[in-house]
Order: sequence, then structure tokens, then C-alpha cells
Amino acid sequence: MTKVEMTVNGKSVSGDVEGRTLLVQFLRDGLGLTGTHVGCDTSQCGACVVHVNGVAVKSCTMLALEADGADVSTIEGQAAPDGTLNVIQQAFQDHHGLQCGFCTPGMVMSAAALLKDNPKPTEAEIRHYLEGNICRCTGYHNIVKAIMAASGQDVGAVAAE
Amino acid sequence: MPKDHGIGASNKRREDVRFLTGTGNYTDDINVNGQAYVYFLRSDVAHGRINKVDTSDAEAMPGVVRIFTGKDFEGVGGLPCGWLVTDKHGQPMQEPGHPVLAQGKVRHVGDPIAAVVADSLAQARDAAEAIVLDIEELPAVVNMKAALADGAPKVHDDLANNLCYDWGFVEENKGAVEDAFAKAAHVTTLELVNNRLIANPMEPRVAVGDFSRATGESTLYTTSQNPHVIRLLMGAFVLGIPEHKLRVIAPDVGGGFGTKIFHYAEEAFCTFAAKALNRAVKWTASRSEAFMSDAHGRDHVSKIELALDADNNFTALRTETYANMGAYLSTFAPSVPTWLHGTLMAGNYRTPLIYVNVKAVFTNTVPVDAYRGAGRPEATYQLERVIDKAARELGVDPVALRRQNFIQPDQFPYATPVAVEYDTGDYDATMDKLIEIADFSGFDKRLAESKARGKLRGLGVNCYIEACGIAPSNLVGQLGARAGLYESATVRVNATGGIVVMTGSHSHGQGHETTFPQVIAEMIGIDESMVEIVHGDTSNTPMGMGTYGSRSLAVGGSAMVRAAEKVINKAKKIAAHLLEASEADIELKDGQFSVAGTDKSVAWGDVTLAAYVPHNYPLENLEPGLEETAFYDPSNFTYPAGAYACEIEVDPDTGKVTIERFAAADDFGNVVNPMIVEGQVHGGLAQGIGQALLEGAVYDENGQLLTGSYMDYAMPRASDVPFYSVDHSCQTPCTHNPLGVKGCGEAGAIGSPPAVVNAVVDALQRAGKPVTHIDMPLSPARVWAAMNG
Repeated sequence: MTKVEMTVNGKSVSGDVEGRTLLVQFLRDGLGLTGTHVGCDTSQCGACVVHVNGVAVKSCTMLALEADGADVSTIEGQAAPDGTLNVIQQAFQDHHGLQCGFCTPGMVMSAAALLKDNPKPTEAEIRHYLEGNICRCTGYHNIVKAIMAASGQDVGAVAAE
Repeated sequence: MPKDHGIGASNKRREDVRFLTGTGNYTDDINVNGQAYVYFLRSDVAHGRINKVDTSDAEAMPGVVRIFTGKDFEGVGGLPCGWLVTDKHGQPMQEPGHPVLAQGKVRHVGDPIAAVVADSLAQARDAAEAIVLDIEELPAVVNMKAALADGAPKVHDDLANNLCYDWGFVEENKGAVEDAFAKAAHVTTLELVNNRLIANPMEPRVAVGDFSRATGESTLYTTSQNPHVIRLLMGAFVLGIPEHKLRVIAPDVGGGFGTKIFHYAEEAFCTFAAKALNRAVKWTASRSEAFMSDAHGRDHVSKIELALDADNNFTALRTETYANMGAYLSTFAPSVPTWLHGTLMAGNYRTPLIYVNVKAVFTNTVPVDAYRGAGRPEATYQLERVIDKAARELGVDPVALRRQNFIQPDQFPYATPVAVEYDTGDYDATMDKLIEIADFSGFDKRLAESKARGKLRGLGVNCYIEACGIAPSNLVGQLGARAGLYESATVRVNATGGIVVMTGSHSHGQGHETTFPQVIAEMIGIDESMVEIVHGDTSNTPMGMGTYGSRSLAVGGSAMVRAAEKVINKAKKIAAHLLEASEADIELKDGQFSVAGTDKSVAWGDVTLAAYVPHNYPLENLEPGLEETAFYDPSNFTYPAGAYACEIEVDPDTGKVTIERFAAADDFGNVVNPMIVEGQVHGGLAQGIGQALLEGAVYDENGQLLTGSYMDYAMPRASDVPFYSVDHSCQTPCTHNPLGVKGCGEAGAIGSPPAVVNAVVDALQRAGKPVTHIDMPLSPARVWAAMNG
């Protein structure tokens, strides 16, 4: 066991981990932050996306020890302290961008990373960026729409909710 | 003006807040104090005789609590099958045993052989590697027709062969169908494969078993669409635990799509082991395990023939299907290719004579059972593909050929020749709406644009009908179901007027927590925020059958309406007492009880308070309290229907197909929350497009699953699908449930695959290629090969 220290959602945390402990395991089992999900074993589905030092990372593909000293942000840290949803979260609710909710944390974190780099992405850019996030429920229609809306674009022309 | 509350309002989902903030409570988020972890050692061969499982070295490994093998389950029941199909000779299907852990033989890659329970998952996994297996590999059967050949290796040594059943429907019509074919002016024949799919809800299956010696009660937390069904099957048939000593909790569940209906070995194991070890036991599937242990879907090989007269009227239909059951019978597997498939072969059409033959076959593959649509997509795909082929052979417009043969609005209720009676529908109306929203009139222009870019373009159209809102218990009982298919609800009104509805339905993405309160709010005239929905725990919900077959609102919602009606009737009696009026004169509107024709009224909250503080109350006639339960068993299925259109482009150099436009015009009857209904259709469309273009579970000839991860099994991604155009404004309400609703969960997945394939065939034929069919998935390689065949 090795001691690991990092900042998660603005709080300093530490814990003892094995060399093989994945970042997602440390977040879920070590810190009880179960909002980050594991949907596959092959770094394909994106349910585990978090931000490490401001960059979107699949936390099932990074060892906890690699995140030693890092600044980690997860889905639990996205809303305001009073519970107010951030603009992306709110857009997902407004536009029905989630159903079962399992892929949602990863979608929201990926969307945040996209909008940071590209504040007004086109539909095609959003779809391309979400290559690493699989949703089985929504057919992506309302996810893409929500991200467009979160970026301040008018989605009135996109047919149904 | 769209409504802003109650039935018909697109209320935002209240469950979203927890899912968007990472505070959902999925099964893998649940940890019981002191829990151990189980890792299943699974077969890596498709068929083999187990000579020895030597666990002695593994048992000495660090952290190992105990290792279980098939021997530990010799006195324990096997996983039951919930549906008995009778073959065309009146004989029961062949029904093999399905042990929790393999006994004697392994029958598919992924069949669990041993279960290692340890203090940590890593320790369990490490110890599993130290188990020494002596398994004599046997020849495997994978291909269904080969499995039925004389001398084929038998999946189950104790059965006569690999044929589960040979079903004929309706057997008495067979001769008349043959006569009609002999007289036909034209016969169109099509052989096709409905590709094997893996449901792949994003949340892998999880089970946590717990046991209390203090109470003797077992608890199972599980990723299930129907916790009461799991409690009944596992308690009564596998472990011998009575319902009152077994609690099953399905908390937030991350998608189901059918594959979380079934009772699985891992659930029984964790419940069994927790009691044996007096310690909670947790199992979380890896995605690789999901691929080789979740029941798969579809996997039909069919031949369909359509007979037409000289005026292009459909005169008869005949199909022969081989349906893969896999190695064991999953919970509802036998019903899918039969009663959920044969009964839908009439589609939206007046075809007077139909004969369906289905041979269900055991193979050395993962069990196959219901996946979104379950039998109905297979029926729709065959029917809508053969009609399209017929139209092309006859040189008539595919839409016109369909319209000519539609069941007409004045023919409802319409009894089909395949044993179901459609209550309502208007198929021309949805076709008209489709033509509008899909912008058929602009197709030629878009075709020219595609051509200018060097691309082929095609337009595919199809209709669908489904039987859902599953289902009348007396009917399914006659058809072999070993369970009832009612639904239940308890409406509990609290003293201060708030309401809790405990439903037997289960929400795993469908949004019941939002839509069910809309119905109650509408009935009473109160705000939705006064209504809370409880579901997913057998200890605090009435016995219910759960969510599948687009049944939650049609059956579960109806049960809730019936219970709410009882509540309202009682509340009116209380109000009559308070208002010193006759009960017959009491009206409920906007949360106020009033005496008709007067200005006397009393508020909802005053009546509910009186029910629990019955100082001024007709105690001699009426019990205090305000809580009612109803069980609703429908008198028929519901029959959503619609028309879908897909426009695709084909890259002639690579064969790659892209979906350019997709339009869906559905008739779901009445709609409670349009936003959620449209979301359900979107999701179904993506799964249907996935089936048509991308997805397919592939086994090699030795029974090795070649598509065992997301690196090999192509899930639809955001860039594979377009924005969809969906419409549900054509509404012929269901005539036999109190909400007039029909169900919307499966439609998209049922209606979309033929539209895609019809569109690709259309594009290739427009380009002069003599292609009449390509089997799904329409991968670039397959399309290119067909074009250059």
C-alpha cells in the first residue's frame, strides 16, 4: 500500500492504495464518490470520465498513484454548493439529455471539457467529440441538443425535445 | 398551448437531479458492512465435460473465504423458465435444467464453473487463477441448422436432440395457407437473418446478497427490471426461501432493455452464499462478463413468403424461422419467437391467412431472450422487408402497396388470423404524417445533391405494429406463461395531503417518478410536487410484475389510476360528511371538493386531515385513513403502430452507409409526457439503427464469442446517428385501459431496422445494382460486396 494525496473537487484528500488501484476505484471505494461509473473494461464507454488537472480523463484507465498531487474534478463537484446545477447539468435536464443516468456523469464531464476548448461547437463537432462516450438510452439526440443549448446556441430548430 | 402540468405536459424529470449530480444510488454504489466479493470462474470453452475442478491451491490463497462449485448446488434448484411453449403436435417443449454453477458439463463460453469468495475482488480474482480445471472439450454446436442435423453433438445429454420445440401457428390454417399460395398471382420470397444482439445497458449487472441471522431474512440488491419476479423465481424455484423471508431491492438501475428482466445465476449465488457464509457477498460484472452472461437478443434465421392476387392484395403469408435459444432456457426465452412474434405477423395489413413455423434450437452459446421489442422486431423486419421486395418485383410504389392492404379505421376492433384483436388504429394517418415530417417531396432534390457529391441516396419506408402493455393474465396463461402479468399500485395519502404511490412497475430510465405524479395530479387537481413514487423494493411495494414490454403506463399506470379512483371515492364520502351533503353531489376539481350547484367546498388537505384525525368523521360507516391498493389486469394487449422513413447515403467506393435523415410517426394513443415519449423513441431508433448498421454478436465455429467487448461489438455512437424527426400527434386511444395509452418504449427499436435496410436496397437499385437484400448489420464490407457482387 502506498499513500496517495490529491485534491478532489477542491478538497484535499488522501488514502492508501495498491499499485494496481485505478483512479476510479479510489474515487468510488476510497472516497465514496460513486457518481463516477464504470461501464466497460476497455476504456470505450466514458462513464468514468473525470477531469485531472483540467483535462478529461477516463478514470478507469489511470492508476490512482498517477493522480498523486493532481487536481481532480468529478461529477459531484459540478453543481454549486447550494445545489444549483451548472449550465451543462441544467441543459441536460431541460432537454431530456439523460434517461437511466448511468452514462450521464461521463457525458457531463466530457461536455464540460469540450466547451472549455470549443465554446460554440457545431452539431458535427459535438458528435465527433462524444466518440468516447456511449449512451444506450437517449439515441444521443437530446444529449447533442443539450450541449448545443449549454453553449448558448439556439436549439429551437432541432425538431423534438 | 402545451399544458404546463398534469397529463400532456412535458414536465422536466425530477430524477435527473440526482443523476446529474452523481448522487444516484445504483446497485454497485451499495456496500454492506463486512461484505465479501465474488469472482466467477467461467468456462473458456463452448462445450466441455468437467472432469475435475481442483480448488485446493486456490483455497489457500490470501483473503479467500470459500470457493463454491457445482457440487455445492446439487441440492439446490436450477434457474427456472417462466414460459412453457407447446409444439405443433401438442407436446411440451424440451426443457433442460439450468444449474446455478455448472454441473457435469459447460455449455457456453461464460458458463460459471466456480465462484471464489474473498475479502477483496482482487484476491478473489487472483485465487481463481489458481483453480486447476480438467475440462474435456467437446465439439460445439453454434449454427442452428447444423445443431438440428442427425448426429449433431447434443448441448444437453438428457434431451433427445437440440430442438426445444417445433411450433406451428395457427396449425389449423396451414392447409388453407398452402391453397392460397397455389392460387397466388405473385409470390415474393425472402430469406433473412435477424442478427444476434447484446442489449448492453450501460450499467453492467450487479448483485449484492445479504443475510441476517437475527431475522432469518435474506436481502438481494440487484440490477433488475422486476424485483418481485426475481423474488418469486429465486425464492420459490431456486433457493426455497418464502417471500416473507426474502427482500429484493432494485434501486436505480442503469438501463435494462429486456436483459435485466431475467433471473440470473449470479443473483441466486450471492443470496445463497450470503446465508452460507453469514456475510454479505457482492458481485459486479465486468463488461466482458456482461457480454458472455447477459442474455442476448434476436438471432433468428427466417424464410418468409408473401402471396398476392392479381390486384396486389395480400392473400397469404407463410414464414419459417429458426430461433436460437442458446445453451439454456432463459426466463422468458420460449415466448419471444412464438407468442411475441407469430402473433404480430399480420402487421398493419388485412392478410387473411397466415402460417408461422418456428423451430427453437439449443446451441453452445449464451442464452437468448427478450431484447427491446422481443419478437416483434423480428416479425416487423420480415414482414416489412418482404413487402418492400414485393413492391419492387411488381414495380409498384412501396407506400401504395402498403396503403392498399392496410386494415381500415372502420374495421376496428380487428381480429387478425394470428389470434390477436387490435382495438384501434389509423395507419393511413401515421403514413400521411410520416410523408409530411420526412419531407418526401424534397427527396428528389436531396438525391440530386447526393449524386453531385458522388454518393448514392435511398429512401426506405416501413410500418410497424406491436402488441405491448403485456398483458392479460388469463390469455398468457393459456399460452404457457407461468406467471400473471397484472400490475399493482398502492396510493397512500398522508394526513396533510401529500401522496406516495407504491408501484410494482420499475423505472430504469423511463421517468416514472415524473410521469406517474402527472397522472395523479391530473386526477385530483393538485400539484405534482405533492406526489412521490416509490418503486423497486419488494418490502414496500405491492406484488408487481415490473417493467418490460412497454407496459409501465398501460398496465402499471392503470393500476395506479384504479387505486387513485378508490381513494377519491372514499375522500368524496369524507367530504360529503364534512359538507353535510349527499355523496352523489360531491365534485372534485382543482383539489377542492364541492357540492354541485352550491358554493360549499372543502379542500383536499382538509379531507385528508379528517381521514387521519377523525374527530368529525363518519366512523360508523367508514374506516379512518386514506390508502388504497389496486391490481390491474388488462383485457387485451395494446397496439401502438406507426410509419417510419429512413434516408441514407452510400459511399460507392467503400460501401459505408450514413443515416442522413430518420423520421418516425407513431400512434401511442394518449401521451402523458411528450418529452419523455419522444426520448423513448429516440433511444429505440438508435438501437434499431445500431442493429441495422453496426451491431452483431459473432461466434466462431467453435463457439468462441468474437465480439466480447466494446472494441469488437459496435455500439452506436453519437456520430452514427442524426437528429431524428419524431411525431406522435396521430392518436387513436386504447379503448380498454383507463388512460387510453398504448406504450412507447419499444416502438423505435421495432420500427427502424427495416426502414434502414429498405433505404439501402433503394439506393443500390436506383444506382442500377440488382441487389434485393443484404443481411444486417449492413457493414461497409457487406454493402460493398453486394454492390460489386
